[in-house]
Amino acid sequence: MSAPTWSYVAVALIAGLAAGGVAALMLNVSERKAEERTPFVRVVEVDEDTVDPAIWGQNWPRQYDTYKLTALATRTRFGGHGGSEALPDQKIERDPWLKRMFLGYAFSIDYRDRRGHAYMLTDQEETERLTKPQAGSCLHCHASIMPLYRKLGDGDADKGFEKTASMSYAETNAMLHELDAAHPVSCVDCHDPDTMGLRVTRPGFIRGIQALAESEGAVPAMPSIERWREGSRAVPYDPNTDASRTEMRSFVCGQCHVEYYCGNKMTLTFPWSQGLKVEEVEADWNSRAFSDGKRFFDYTHTESGAEILKAQHPEFELWSQGVHARSGVSCADCHMPYVRDGASKVSDHWVRSPLLNVNRACQTCHRVDEAELLARVDVIQDRNHELLQSAGKALMDQLDAIVQAKAEGATDEQLAASRELQRQAQWRLDFIAAENSMGFHAPQEAARILGEAADLARQGQVAAMRWNRAP
Amino acid sequence: MRLAPALAAAMIGIAGGLGVVTFDYAEGLSYMSEDPRACVNCHIMRSQYDGWVKASHHGFATCNDCHLPHSFVDKYIAKARNGWGHSRAFTMQDFHEPIRLTPANVQILQDNCITCHDSVLHDLSLVGDAPLCTSCHSTVGHGQTAGLGGPMPPDPSMEIP
Repeated sequence: MSAPTWSYVAVALIAGLAAGGVAALMLNVSERKAEERTPFVRVVEVDEDTVDPAIWGQNWPRQYDTYKLTALATRTRFGGHGGSEALPDQKIERDPWLKRMFLGYAFSIDYRDRRGHAYMLTDQEETERLTKPQAGSCLHCHASIMPLYRKLGDGDADKGFEKTASMSYAETNAMLHELDAAHPVSCVDCHDPDTMGLRVTRPGFIRGIQALAESEGAVPAMPSIERWREGSRAVPYDPNTDASRTEMRSFVCGQCHVEYYCGNKMTLTFPWSQGLKVEEVEADWNSRAFSDGKRFFDYTHTESGAEILKAQHPEFELWSQGVHARSGVSCADCHMPYVRDGASKVSDHWVRSPLLNVNRACQTCHRVDEAELLARVDVIQDRNHELLQSAGKALMDQLDAIVQAKAEGATDEQLAASRELQRQAQWRLDFIAAENSMGFHAPQEAARILGEAADLARQGQVAAMRWNRAP
Repeated sequence: MRLAPALAAAMIGIAGGLGVVTFDYAEGLSYMSEDPRACVNCHIMRSQYDGWVKASHHGFATCNDCHLPHSFVDKYIAKARNGWGHSRAFTMQDFHEPIRLTPANVQILQDNCITCHDSVLHDLSLVGDAPLCTSCHSTVGHGQTAGLGGPMPPDPSMEIP
């Protein structure tokens, strides 16, 4: 072939390759456009009884893929666990004062670091706390339980919910398995199967938030409640119709990440009738009595005889007192930040510590480099941890004083003042110890609570030491 | 031999034709316009666009007024440079998120603040280490931060040329 022929062939080749490249680009553009236009394809029908997340996952694979990642072990300085061991570490062995604080309660038997959402049901089924009888109420938050509530209440979930309070954990759990509904938190718990809109389902939360709306407690992070309070109040506050999307992005988490009572002496209760602050929650508990007329308490402390309030994990309550809540930042903004997949934007359903995802969780608002942000959080959590330890030490000293006073012959009457102070101190200490952010959700509020806890425990120590002197 | 020139011509025709169709399908011409909606063609800047719609500069300045030089030649150089960068990044899907201004684009933004607000700035000396306008006025362009969007003050670790 001659030289001109060769150059024609070369031009043809280059043009052909260019054509291929342009075609590939066009396909890519087309794919991105399609992703934006059609965020999901409904290939199966889901309804209120579809609790298996794998079925929902066929329609919403992006969300489901990240949801499954909650089975991975994650660890931060103060939370989670490494993953090499079968079960997480015992908190009560790391901080022995926790174990002593819970004497008389099942948490002194087994109290471990947390794992991801995927384990919420199996971990509950395996905990050694079950060696003490537990109530069916506990499944309110450890399983996708709404179908069972409806079944028990003959269609009325609220009635079924009330029934489980008097049932045993084992019985309720067995029924759940029978119904083939034994799944950890599932899509249907937070999403409407028709519209996929966020909604709350848990009767405990709905009753609690209604009581909160009717209270005087300050709720700067929940403007829809403030609006409802100013209205006619003809119908009770309904989060599913009154709350904004931003509020719902916290409410769905508040269905479980809260303080509650789930024993079998009364229906599962969220104690928000006075507000969400630690004193307001305490006042709610103090205003309640069991059917036998005794005032509310979770357990009697073995060593001191004090009637103790056990705090659960009041993340929602502490968050509501912090600057992030005040600024309109919801739980999901940091724990389930938006991620982009191609041209579609989805919430990351790998719910985890924002410290493991600083880029998306924090830097969207805080335009500071990652190492600096992590260092700021570390300072906050480190200070909270120190305060927590010193408040824990104060409580141990108080218990020592009570034990000694008893040995010296102090009567119940003479110990009453100190026991009351222990109840108050321990409530505050536990409120922050059990809360899963090491103070970060509201640092100043956490420090204030721990400062009060240490003060009350020391007052109680003095009261016990002076048991035989007139007040 | 007549086959080779014919083949070359055909291939050039195919490449050219595909190019024109792709350019049109990808709304290429819109990038020559001043319409802010062109900036949300590729979906990434949706939050920035939504933020701008509700922000204080909405009635006074569009994307191009703040983010591109005002003189014709400089504007098209900047459009070409950003156009290449954005298409490459969106096709390869390998960019930093949340998205941020590059140092060169920070300078363009700063120059544009001064161009429009010159009459109130003549007594100020904005040289050397002076902070940028958006260091303080971070919400004028895209409003309060929310979701992926919100104000885009420059990354403080980036050096301003």
